[in-house]
Amino acid sequence: MLGYALKRLTSLAVSLLVASLVIFLVVEVAPGDPASYMLGMNAQPDTVAALRSELGLDLPKWQRYLSWLGGMLSGDFGTSYTYRTPVAEMVAERITVSLPLALYALGLSTLIALPAGIYAAARRGKAGDAGVIGATQLGIAIPNFWFAMLLVLLFALKLRWFSAGGFPGWDDPLMAMKSLTLPAVALALPQAAILARVMRSSLIDILSEDFIRTARAKGLSRRQALWRHGLRNALIPVLTILGLQFSFLLAGAIIIEQVFFLPGLGRLIFQSITQRDLIVVESVVMLLVFAVIAVNFLTDMAYAIADPRLRRPR
Amino acid sequence: MKPSLILGALLTLTFILAALISYLWTPGDVEAVNIAARLQPPSAAHWLGTDHLGRDMLSMVMTGARTSLAVALVAVGLGMGLGVPLGLAAAARQGGWLDELVMRTNDLIFAFPSLVIAILITAIFGPGALNAILAIGIFNIPVFARLTRGAALSFWRREFILAARVAGKGVPRISAEHILPNLANLLIVQGTIQFSLGILAEAGLSYVGLGAQPPVPSWGRMLADAQTMVSLAPHVAIVPGLAILLTVLGLNLLGDGLRDALDPRLRPSRA
Repeated sequence: MLGYALKRLTSLAVSLLVASLVIFLVVEVAPGDPASYMLGMNAQPDTVAALRSELGLDLPKWQRYLSWLGGMLSGDFGTSYTYRTPVAEMVAERITVSLPLALYALGLSTLIALPAGIYAAARRGKAGDAGVIGATQLGIAIPNFWFAMLLVLLFALKLRWFSAGGFPGWDDPLMAMKSLTLPAVALALPQAAILARVMRSSLIDILSEDFIRTARAKGLSRRQALWRHGLRNALIPVLTILGLQFSFLLAGAIIIEQVFFLPGLGRLIFQSITQRDLIVVESVVMLLVFAVIAVNFLTDMAYAIADPRLRRPR
Repeated sequence: MKPSLILGALLTLTFILAALISYLWTPGDVEAVNIAARLQPPSAAHWLGTDHLGRDMLSMVMTGARTSLAVALVAVGLGMGLGVPLGLAAAARQGGWLDELVMRTNDLIFAFPSLVIAILITAIFGPGALNAILAIGIFNIPVFARLTRGAALSFWRREFILAARVAGKGVPRISAEHILPNLANLLIVQGTIQFSLGILAEAGLSYVGLGAQPPVPSWGRMLADAQTMVSLAPHVAIVPGLAILLTVLGLNLLGDGLRDALDPRLRPSRA
């Protein structure tokens, strides 16, 4: 187990290193110099040069990469060109919107998908199953930002149950959760559709296994066999998908935040891109990539703990 | 044939036809602004109503279909064009340096949240249809490379490949003449699925202003424009969204149906 963990940890480190290099290079080749952008069209060349050296933009590329990387490792994400505040502070503020939103959506999607998938698998081939499959087809095909607009139209503009956008802050947790509800539902729906399908097909596969027949032969009813023996085993692939979905939720949140005017990481990225605040863009994207790679690593580990066959060298 | 396959094929065909016809004819002019006729609900004159600039929504949806389908099609083509040869080459020398390189690069690309990188690429190189194609296409390469490699590996162990080797054919010829044709079904099915994902991604990118730029109509942009009008005239938000939904649904049904029809092992209905 330890060997497997070490091997995965090494590949995690290599992935992160390559990812950081790619992000740095992509942002580096971006047209537009942050210093001249900040000072405007009419700035004197020597003022621009002075600002460039103040921001460290005149250093060689490799040196800037190394100092950025070193800073990230020690928790220093650099200083925003535009706001002159530490990027870490800006991220910390925005993450209190984006992370709860992603987790809220993950929770909702699990709550909808698992019962729906189990229900469909238990009634395989009947009307209930066909209904769930049809609903998941729709769920997968709906663009979540459009679904978000429809939710706003119905629940905010017509029924006035929720606000159409904005975020009041966490001073009043109940209001905060309320303002994240429509965005979370919009984010959760497509993920729930995928998850329900995985749950259903995984459970159907497991139910045709020999040990389920044995359980039935011992005298358990179909329902008892499903709940006692089927579900536990069927959950393993579902957990993997849940881990993968985290990255979709993070990325999806970027667009959904635009629909609801939520001050999260997504809006921070867009804002920084338009202001050529490259250091913020680099650091936030790197952070998102780190989150995805780390969650995938944890999923792999959980999987290896649950299924010892995976630990063996292949 | 299953009814869902027919429905999927019909929906897909409808949108391809709408896109093609829009090159020759649309009911209204998508560049003519007529503020007096803005935000009209669907009527006999404008079947799907008019938008905030008084443009005919049906014409906008038809021309938008062009953008969506073209971006997604070229992005899938890019992914297939690079991914399939890479996958074939990796499978031909399993465990070789190329195989390792392809697989590790794949792992890396999969680790990136694709939409975040697509946003980064389009934002940095400037918004536009071409950069959207690039951003979506890059993530299609590993999908096709991995799929091709996996399937090709199983063929390399088969007798008919051995026969071709004995007959003196080299690796590239065997890959092209004997392995690739056997992967056609698989690639068509995956291509349909990636196509639908591409349409969703393009819509998302143009919704946040990073896809095709005005005056080129696109479904995502139409939704972005509709956002502030949604309470005044719900149809401006409903029409483009339905167009995306129906196209993606059609492609997914088509993909699922083709898979069941082309793969005999899946024929007893197990979705």
